[in-house]
Amino acid sequence: MKKRSAGSIIFLSIVLVVLYLPIVVVVVYSFNANTARIPLAFTGWSTHWYHELFFGRNQIGQALLLSLNVAFWSVLISSVIGTLGAIGMAQRTLNEKRKSSRMDTVMESLAVLPIMIPEIILGLAFLVLFNAAGFQGNELRLILAHTTFCIPYVFLTVKSQLVGMDTALFDAARDLGASPFRVLLDITLPLCRPAIISGAFLALAMSLDDFVISFFVYGAGQGTLPILIYSSVKVGVSPQINALCTLMIGLVFTLVAFGRYISSLRSVQRKYVSARS
Amino acid sequence: MSIRKSDRRFSMLLKLPMYLWTIAFVFVALLYIIGLSFLTRDELIGVTNEVTLSNYARLADPQYLRVLLESLKLAAATTVICVLIGYPFGYLMARLSSGARSVVLLLIIVPFWTNALIRIYGWRILLMGNGPINTILDKLGLITKPLKLLNTEGAVLLGMVYALIPFMILPSYTAVDKMDFSVVEAARDLGANPLKAFFTITIPLTLSGLMAGCVLVFIPSMGLFFLSDLLGGSKTVLAGGLIQSLYKGRNLPMAAALSVLLLTVTCAVIAVYRRAGGSNGELSLF
Repeated sequence: MKKRSAGSIIFLSIVLVVLYLPIVVVVVYSFNANTARIPLAFTGWSTHWYHELFFGRNQIGQALLLSLNVAFWSVLISSVIGTLGAIGMAQRTLNEKRKSSRMDTVMESLAVLPIMIPEIILGLAFLVLFNAAGFQGNELRLILAHTTFCIPYVFLTVKSQLVGMDTALFDAARDLGASPFRVLLDITLPLCRPAIISGAFLALAMSLDDFVISFFVYGAGQGTLPILIYSSVKVGVSPQINALCTLMIGLVFTLVAFGRYISSLRSVQRKYVSARS
Repeated sequence: MSIRKSDRRFSMLLKLPMYLWTIAFVFVALLYIIGLSFLTRDELIGVTNEVTLSNYARLADPQYLRVLLESLKLAAATTVICVLIGYPFGYLMARLSSGARSVVLLLIIVPFWTNALIRIYGWRILLMGNGPINTILDKLGLITKPLKLLNTEGAVLLGMVYALIPFMILPSYTAVDKMDFSVVEAARDLGANPLKAFFTITIPLTLSGLMAGCVLVFIPSMGLFFLSDLLGGSKTVLAGGLIQSLYKGRNLPMAAALSVLLLTVTCAVIAVYRRAGGSNGELSLF
């Protein structure tokens, strides 16, 4: 038994090291003192590329703004649409204890299709559709596309939260004379809040991360951050992009650590409270 | 009874935005692609109204056929390697103590949140002629001139496995975690050796997770064109890259036909998965 656990720890560690290897390399090379752009031998440490990133001429600022703007609107719209959709569809199965209608089943499979099929299909489909419909402007096109693939994430998380919900609350509120709107506002939405928040965060990550669909949908001109990264690294190596990526990685790790810290605080608090009572 | 009726009307109202959005941007968009794939290409205006099946007939042309087979082969190889590494990983992870397990889980998920392009870019640096791997091998005296690692088929396969392996690890882990290990112990008590117990009990009991992992790895691997772009040079063209270059070459109907084919393969894979008893729930990771 002991021998196997040693072997398994070695296996797990190797996979994890390989998983983080490229990330570490990106970070290390962002501090490369070698200022030649093409030969990338690592010659020493410097913060040259960070200066270049912040003070040099580049489009990173605009790309970041576009990415954030698109993410903000598509997360907002998809959270509203996905949450209401999940609640609306749960009415039949949850309150009336019947199987979901055929129409709902079809719509649900269609709505989650965007995260099931290879992204490139959706990218091409959006491209020809938007061109045919005459939607101009990168921002509008990107927001419409991102909203479409963000909806499934919100919808699925809210739906899974609703499945286990106690319906007695809804019935009681209705019997006591609350309007359906009031029930939604005072009971259903507050109960769904954790799911809506985690769904929205997932959608946010997917929107900021998306490259394939954005690449197809955006016309000429300013692209999102992933598009900028792609076009700069496609031709070779660009240490400025390393610096940018390092900052992005740092941000992600800080957010994760912060999230862990908050949840550990909460569990300590919970232990404390339960110990006192 | 009137309460029920107004409830129903209200829930219809809630569903309406999602219905409309789905019809407009998923249903119509896909229908449009399917329609486009039956039209004829026109150099000047893009497409003409002439209906034809020739786009599909041309998919059998050697140049397209080769790309398609190559993509399928790569997707299959990616899936097999992901199973061989990802499943044992998920299994061993589920056997860790709960503290260690949550740390490993976090370590698997964090790269997910960093952009996939960044991580692939990291591999690009690692594999370069004067990158870290070649430098280390050179310092150790194992090679005399730099190995050509970048812009090879192997590099693309590596990138695919790297990008998609979390999708195999997570469902495998969930399935093993849910499994009741007393069944394995019972088999062991009754005299089955560890290997036999693993293959006759653990694998069948966790098959749902394994299958979900295969679907989640196989399907995206057909469309990740940026991977072959960044790691394979322009030599290996895959289905995703072909769609992109067909679009750039203004051959929209052909790009559409290829997309429809890809969509058909996807639906077939999901249908097989469902037929084999897989559930949709297991396909949504989060």
